[in-house]
Amino acid sequence: MSDFLTLQGLSLGYGAALAVPELDLSMAEGELLALLGPSGCGKTTTMRAIAGLLQPRAGRITLAGRDITRVSAHQREVGLVFQSYALFPHLSVFENVAFGLRLRQVASDELQRRTAQAIAMVGLAGFERRLPRELSGGQQQRVALARSVVVRPRLLLLDEPLSNLDARLRLEMRSELQRLQRELGVTMMYVTHDQSEALALADRVVVMREGRIAQQGTPVDIYERPRSAFVARFVGFENVFAAAPDGRLQAWVEGQPGRAWRPRQVVLGQGPHEGQVLGASYLGESVEVLLQTSAGPVKAQAAPDAPRRVAGQTLRFDLPLADAVPLEH
Amino acid sequence: MRLSGALALGAVLLFLLGPFVVIALAGLSAGDTLAFPPQGLSLRWVVAVFGMDNFRASFWLSLQLAMGSTALALLLGVPAAYGLARYRVPGRETVRTLLIAPLIVPGIIVGLALLRHAVIPLDLGVSWALILAHTVLVVPYAVRVVTASLDNLRTDVEEAAVMLGATRLQTFFRIVLPNIRSGIIAAFILGFVTSFNQVPVSLFLTGPGITTLPIDMLTSMEFVYDPSIAALSALMALLSIVIVAVAERALGLSRYV
Repeated sequence: MSDFLTLQGLSLGYGAALAVPELDLSMAEGELLALLGPSGCGKTTTMRAIAGLLQPRAGRITLAGRDITRVSAHQREVGLVFQSYALFPHLSVFENVAFGLRLRQVASDELQRRTAQAIAMVGLAGFERRLPRELSGGQQQRVALARSVVVRPRLLLLDEPLSNLDARLRLEMRSELQRLQRELGVTMMYVTHDQSEALALADRVVVMREGRIAQQGTPVDIYERPRSAFVARFVGFENVFAAAPDGRLQAWVEGQPGRAWRPRQVVLGQGPHEGQVLGASYLGESVEVLLQTSAGPVKAQAAPDAPRRVAGQTLRFDLPLADAVPLEH
Repeated sequence: MRLSGALALGAVLLFLLGPFVVIALAGLSAGDTLAFPPQGLSLRWVVAVFGMDNFRASFWLSLQLAMGSTALALLLGVPAAYGLARYRVPGRETVRTLLIAPLIVPGIIVGLALLRHAVIPLDLGVSWALILAHTVLVVPYAVRVVTASLDNLRTDVEEAAVMLGATRLQTFFRIVLPNIRSGIIAAFILGFVTSFNQVPVSLFLTGPGITTLPIDMLTSMEFVYDPSIAALSALMALLSIVIVAVAERALGLSRYV
């Protein structure tokens, strides 16, 4: 059953601006869903509406069979991990995590036990008495996580939780999140603009564009079979051209069918098309070659030991039709 | 260049501190009349000040007035600052400007206006008039200082509390208040000093028998010309300096003003 969380005809906006015109979405219990899109696509707005921090203009939100559209944020049983962590600066790690339990007037021994357990779960045992400002970014993120899950929310929302961390820590926290989700079985909605994060973490990815769902599916669906040029470009199909019947290279027009190739699918040195090399950058494991053609730029990826390409050189290349991903629009 | 800088600094310090030094030395005089340079040094007038009944009465009134009006101003100013900082209040900028107005408008005008249009028509007693006037004068400090410390507290910290199950009220008392505590204390000290040293507004509103210390001193200078006034002035200045210095040490008062 995929109706644990449902958004029906949700319309959201701030002031005169309409961020999300009409959104329908549902989630299954225990699912990890990623809301993926560029900044301004409405993903954070949607998440704030589910949290209850933004009142929708129209539409309905249900959680576990209960209509929560008019339920105020503090009674929704929805957890939210903020991009900035938003720890309480005047409270210790222990008190930050215990905050929700204290509000629920949980008995003292149970409070001690559950708080300690949550802190241990995120690997911060021994840090109970520290203040947030005495912690690193990664540690603060862990406190924020422990604080949100200790009250056992029905749904946990995560707003770009890893974007303020450095690359190494991000990978570490990513697997940590997966482990937590497996252990707790909590339903999670993960908001991000980073496609690799969404693909690596989520059971299902929902790509948003300008307040609408551009495409949704499993990570493999999204990564291998994008249906529109927007989604294709988002997951690394950087070469999008019109679907000309004779296979000629033609500029793609917004709204028209197209074909897409990843840079590594471009065959260099032979083929029916011709372009001028604009530049080549060495990326370590590969060399990225940018070509200018009459139908627009083409980005190709070559092996580092392939012949050197110099700017200005004319080069033949092929975009094999068999490899192309067909785009509806 | 360096010499002219030192000269300018010296001139400014002389201008700011000179009067205080003159008053303090005059108050330490051993003679019978107010004079500078003092005729010998002694603490006799400082001691004498503590024995003067009229000053003792007005000192207590000033103290109560400063405490009461500052507390009232904070009760009004803290919620006002919070509302202005966190909600889209219509005419927010206008309200902010109006709240700062008592800082800009000369005290004489505030005092006269309050007397003519509030105290007389409403037939307020002297005590109520003073409390009202001083509260009006202190509110801007409360709002400004508390707004500054609210700006340092991110709104998502409050949202995080709400998401953990706190009502708006619980969030205010458990999260907001502890984090703006030093701002509130700073506002209290500034308000206290402002009210305690206030002359122009009080001038219009004090009455026979009920008067604040600064006004009492002003009046008695017309009749008495001994160094007790200078001694008392120096004591009051010292009190303000100590309060502000302690606050600066403990809270970094200068961050807020």
